[in-house]
Amino acid sequence: MESEQLLAQLLYQYQDQPGGLLPLLHAVQADFGYIPADAVPPIARAMQLSAAEVEGVISFYHDFRRQPAGRHTLHICRAESCQAAGGEALVAHLQARLGIEPGQSSADGELTVESVYCLGNCACSPALRIGDATHARVDIARLDALLDSLLESAS
Amino acid sequence: MSVRYFVPADTTAIAVGADDVAQALAAALETRGEYGRIVRNGSRGAFWLEPLLEIEQHGRRVGFGPLSAAEVDAIVALPPEAREQHPLFLGDVEALPWFAAQRRLTFARAGLGDPLSLDDYLLRRGFDALERALEMAPEEIVQAIDDSGLRGRGGAAFPAGIKWRTVMDTPAGQKYIVCNADEGDSGTFADRLLLEADPYQLLEGMAIAGLAVGADTGYIYLRSEYPRAREVLRVALAKAEAAGYLGSNLAGSQRSFRIHLRIGAGAYICGEETALLESLEGRRGMVRAKPPLPAHQGLFGRPTLVHNVLTLAAATTVIADGAQAYAALGEGRSRGTLSVQLAGNVRRGGLVEVPFGVTLRQLLEDFGGGTRSGRPLRAVQAGGPLGAYLPESLWDTPLDYEALAAVGGMLGHGGLVLFDDSVDMARQARFAMAFCTEESCGKCTPCRIGAVRGTELLDRVIAREAPHSELALLEELCDTMEQASLCAMGGMTPAPVRSALAHFPEDFA
Repeated sequence: MESEQLLAQLLYQYQDQPGGLLPLLHAVQADFGYIPADAVPPIARAMQLSAAEVEGVISFYHDFRRQPAGRHTLHICRAESCQAAGGEALVAHLQARLGIEPGQSSADGELTVESVYCLGNCACSPALRIGDATHARVDIARLDALLDSLLESAS
Repeated sequence: MSVRYFVPADTTAIAVGADDVAQALAAALETRGEYGRIVRNGSRGAFWLEPLLEIEQHGRRVGFGPLSAAEVDAIVALPPEAREQHPLFLGDVEALPWFAAQRRLTFARAGLGDPLSLDDYLLRRGFDALERALEMAPEEIVQAIDDSGLRGRGGAAFPAGIKWRTVMDTPAGQKYIVCNADEGDSGTFADRLLLEADPYQLLEGMAIAGLAVGADTGYIYLRSEYPRAREVLRVALAKAEAAGYLGSNLAGSQRSFRIHLRIGAGAYICGEETALLESLEGRRGMVRAKPPLPAHQGLFGRPTLVHNVLTLAAATTVIADGAQAYAALGEGRSRGTLSVQLAGNVRRGGLVEVPFGVTLRQLLEDFGGGTRSGRPLRAVQAGGPLGAYLPESLWDTPLDYEALAAVGGMLGHGGLVLFDDSVDMARQARFAMAFCTEESCGKCTPCRIGAVRGTELLDRVIAREAPHSELALLEELCDTMEQASLCAMGGMTPAPVRSALAHFPEDFA
């Protein structure tokens, strides 16, 4: 019930904004952590679109999730600048330590790992982001320290 | 005489520990009972020196870096005359050869003060250009942009003056200024640096563009990967409006200009201007066929001036200093300054603003100092994921749009990604195709299907399963993508592939 009210509030806020679908989807995801399937029909009605159009937009953009993410999300940069500076070794280390690939979440739901193509920290590659906090010049020791503090704070 | 301490609050600076340095600094000042003001400035873009601490005392500003939080207390404890003895002492940062050899116009203010302080901005000629533009006729503003030779800094390098004139000449009615801040190319961060270090410059440039072409509304489309730039912009917009530099009475002129900030959602293709417009309208970021040009039918079907962050920022320099001063810099048809970003495996990475015409080698060696790994530099990718890989035999090429194009390269948004000799160029070629598979909008077949087939082909080449004749097939596929794609995504993905094949054939043998 509470979530229905929250959604109604967001719809009211964005429905008259020109081209407001992306800002609305961002807002829904910020509040719910993902775009719930049952939010799509009311979003479509409010924006005067078909549900298929809304689904099309959600699936087009990497940022929008259809499922909740883990408690933390780690975005690891896979683009050229980070490749040149050892970024793929970090990806391999993440896979070895956590047993998950980018795009997956750990079994306990603590951590989701996502690939990202450039965080704009290319003078100090390789880079990754945990939530809104970016880390650059990351090596394996630093990655381990970041993971330790993340997973420790969870337990 | 009070002491001021500067610690950048820029994304990259924070990503390498600037917040820890600022915290240690505050603690050190407190325990010593010293009075000092800590300014969280923007970065100067010398990211190899971050975290950088600058101390301003008795009219002299000296730097220390790159430093860790643990080193801060000892630096604060030094009496001013003993500072030079410290191993991380840099002296006047602007006197370092890395800075002294630059010609900073767009980035002249970056890192000097608090990016959100309007007083700091005004102190450094902020809004001078807007004040001048308010006294000029639209035709005069457009003529100045035209005379300056300014070309689009996003990558396509289209003459800005022609775009401005086209939008100005459309019949009156709702028009828009759209700032493309969807800086997705790997190896680039100039837009982000400008937004975080000198946001008012962009707002001023957009307002000038609005006055010139007759638009009262602007949109900034910022990528979601830049959360700090988003916060800086949000506050800058509010402060500029509150102070009357945006809004319904622009600097007391009775003219109106408002800017909306929109956030992307992680789609590289939205850096393409028509995909960006689709995204702003709330749809999938699918590329539009041209014509109609955005200048005629752009956002919501209205005449729209779409420019990259750096182009709109450069407009303030052109108007404040005059078109002739701007056009006096550069080489050939590339006028003014170029903001190069040194990235990847680089020793002295950062933002280097120089007049067009500097050679690639000067940038890689004199500014960049070679690789961070210390191994030999083998390849440089210029111009982002759609740019060519250049071998050493081409590093004496001067950086201007035409000279680079003549050797099969592209300047793009000015990113240079350095690779040492451990790079496998066949894998880099495969990545170019794979990236296109991931990021293609899917509208045209050569890009949507071609990239998939290209990835498969290169997989077989890498696995040594493909007979040599398959490389001929790859060339043919590249031809199709280049000639038949709707936009640069499919049309230029072959550039890194073909350059890797042409210049590093040993990696495919």
